[in-house]
Amino acid sequence: MTGTDALAVRDLHAGYAGTTVLDGVDFAVPAGTVVALLGRNGVGKTTFVHTVMGLLKPYSGSIRVDGHELAGAAAHTVARHGVAIVPQGRRVFAPLTVEENLRIGSRGEHGAWTRERVYELMPPLAERRAHRGDQLSGGEQQMLAIGRALLRNPRLLLLDEPSDGLAPAVVDRIAGLLEGLRGEGIAAVLVEQDLHLAFRLADEVAVMRKGRIVHRSSTADFRQDRERAHSLLGVG
Amino acid sequence: MLDGTTPAVEPLRTGTADGADRPGRRRAVVTVAVVALLAATPLFLGPYPVTAMTRMLAFAVLVLGVDLLTGVTGLPSLGQAAYFGVGAYTAVLIGIHLTPDAMVQALGGLVMGLVAAAVTGWVAVRARGIVFLMLTLAIGESVHQLAGTWSTVGGSNGLAGMPPISLFGGPPLTAAGFVYWWVLAVAVLVFAGVALVVRSPYGRTLRGIRDNEARMRALGYRPALARYGVFCLAGAVAGAGGALWAQQARFVSPGDMGFEVAALALLSVVVGGPGSLWGPCLGAALVLLVRDNLSPSIGGHGPLVLGTVFIAVVLLAPRGLAGLTGARILAAARRRKENPS
Repeated sequence: MTGTDALAVRDLHAGYAGTTVLDGVDFAVPAGTVVALLGRNGVGKTTFVHTVMGLLKPYSGSIRVDGHELAGAAAHTVARHGVAIVPQGRRVFAPLTVEENLRIGSRGEHGAWTRERVYELMPPLAERRAHRGDQLSGGEQQMLAIGRALLRNPRLLLLDEPSDGLAPAVVDRIAGLLEGLRGEGIAAVLVEQDLHLAFRLADEVAVMRKGRIVHRSSTADFRQDRERAHSLLGVG
Repeated sequence: MLDGTTPAVEPLRTGTADGADRPGRRRAVVTVAVVALLAATPLFLGPYPVTAMTRMLAFAVLVLGVDLLTGVTGLPSLGQAAYFGVGAYTAVLIGIHLTPDAMVQALGGLVMGLVAAAVTGWVAVRARGIVFLMLTLAIGESVHQLAGTWSTVGGSNGLAGMPPISLFGGPPLTAAGFVYWWVLAVAVLVFAGVALVVRSPYGRTLRGIRDNEARMRALGYRPALARYGVFCLAGAVAGAGGALWAQQARFVSPGDMGFEVAALALLSVVVGGPGSLWGPCLGAALVLLVRDNLSPSIGGHGPLVLGTVFIAVVLLAPRGLAGLTGARILAAARRRKENPS
C-alpha cells in the first residue's frame, strides 16, 4: 500500500450482531485502478463494501480513503470524502422519477459529472426521465444507480454485483458503459460473480475467502493461472 | 429498450421533472375550481353546515402535517394532536388576554406548535417505525395530561370566553361564513406551502428517506437532520390547525388534543392516501363528517363506521381515496387513448 492509494484497508474486522464476517481484511486500491473482489457467496464481499461505505460499523481496523481515516465514520461522511456505491439489486428510489433520482444524487455537487452528461452517456434514461424508478427495466435501473453514483463525482466507486439479475445482453451494455468510464480516473472496487465481466473491467483481482483476502494479482496473471482460479473459486 | 422487459405501464408524469406539462395545467385548473367551489359554499349553505365545514378545514390542516410526516417521510405519528392542542390553547390565550386579531392568533399557534415540536422532536426523530409511533404517542399523552391538570389553562374544564376573531382591526367576525372564509384562506395557504415543500429538493430528500434511508446516507445526506426539520414543520402546521380550530369554537379543552384526535388524524391520512396531500384532506372531511354529523343519527356508532371504513380501505384501496381516484383517471385516459372516437 502507498500513500496514493484511493482505498487502503488494514486488518478490518466487521460483522453483524457480534458475529465475525470480515476477519482481518487487508486490501488496497491504487488511484484510478479497478480491482475486482471475487469470492463465493457468503464470504463477506458485500459486508466489506458496506463497511467501507460506512453503512456497517467495523469492530476494528483501519479504512483510509485518499489518506483520510474513515473507519467507523457515518455513511454521509464517507460519501463526502468521494466514495459512492452502486448497491446490489440497484436500489433506485422506486417512487421517484429518473430525474428526481438523479437530482438526489447531484445535490450539492459541482464536479465534472452533471445530469446532462449522465443523460448523454445513458440515452435510455434521457428518454425515460419522467418515469418512476419502478417503471424501469432492470438494465435501466442499473444505469440509473450508476448515474446516481457518478453524480457524486466519486474518486472511489464501490460496485456491488452490477450484473446481478440482468440478462447477458444487458450485462454487456452495462459493461460497455463501465468500460467507457476507464478514462475518468475513478478507482473502483468491483464485487462480481460474473468472471467474464470482472476480467473485462478490472486491472487487478483479489479473492476473498472466509472474511480474508487470500489472493491478489493482476487480472492477466489470474486469467492465465487456471489452476489457481479453479482452486480459489471453483471455476476455471 | 435494454432487455425487452420494460413494463407495459403508462409513464406516470409527476410534473416535477418536465415542468409545466399538460397534467400540471389540468391540476391547476382543478385546484382553482375546488377552491372556488369551497369559497362559494357559505353562499348556498346555512350556518350549521358551514361551521361543520370550518371544523373540517381546520382539522384538514392538522392532517396535512400528519401526511407530511407519515405519507411523505414515512414516519407514522400519534403525537401531532399535542401540537394541534398547543396551537389551540395559544390562540385562545391570545384571544382572551391580548388581541382578537385572527392573524396574530394563527401565527402564535403556528410558532408555539413549532417550538413544542422542536423541543420534543429531537428525541422522537432518533427512532423509527413502531418505536417512533410509541414515542409520539407518549409525547401526545403527556401534553394531553398536562393540559388536563394545569389550572392556568383551565385544567380539565378547558378555556372558554374567547372573543370572536377580527381581521385588520375590523369588527368581530361573528357570522359563520366569515370565520369559514378566514379558515379556508389559511388552509389554502398552508396547503400551498406544504405542497411547495414536498416538490422542493427538501421534499425529494424526505421522499428518499421514506424509500431508503441507508441509501440516502450513502449519498451524503443526514436523514436525522431532515427528519427533525420535517417534525418541526409538521408541528408548526399542526399548531396553525389548532389555532383555526379554536377560532371557530372559541373554546379549547384537553379533549381537543387527546389520543382520539391523533388517531383520527392518522386515520384520515390512511383513508385519504398517504403522501398525496389532497387525499388526506378529503379523508379529514370524511372522518369528521362521520364522527360529528353522521354518528348522532346512527345511535353514536360513528366509531364503528370509521373502523369499517378503515378496514375496507386497507383491504380494497391500500393507496386510499387518492389512489382510487388516480387509478380511475389513468384508466379513463387509457381508454380514451385506445378509443379516440
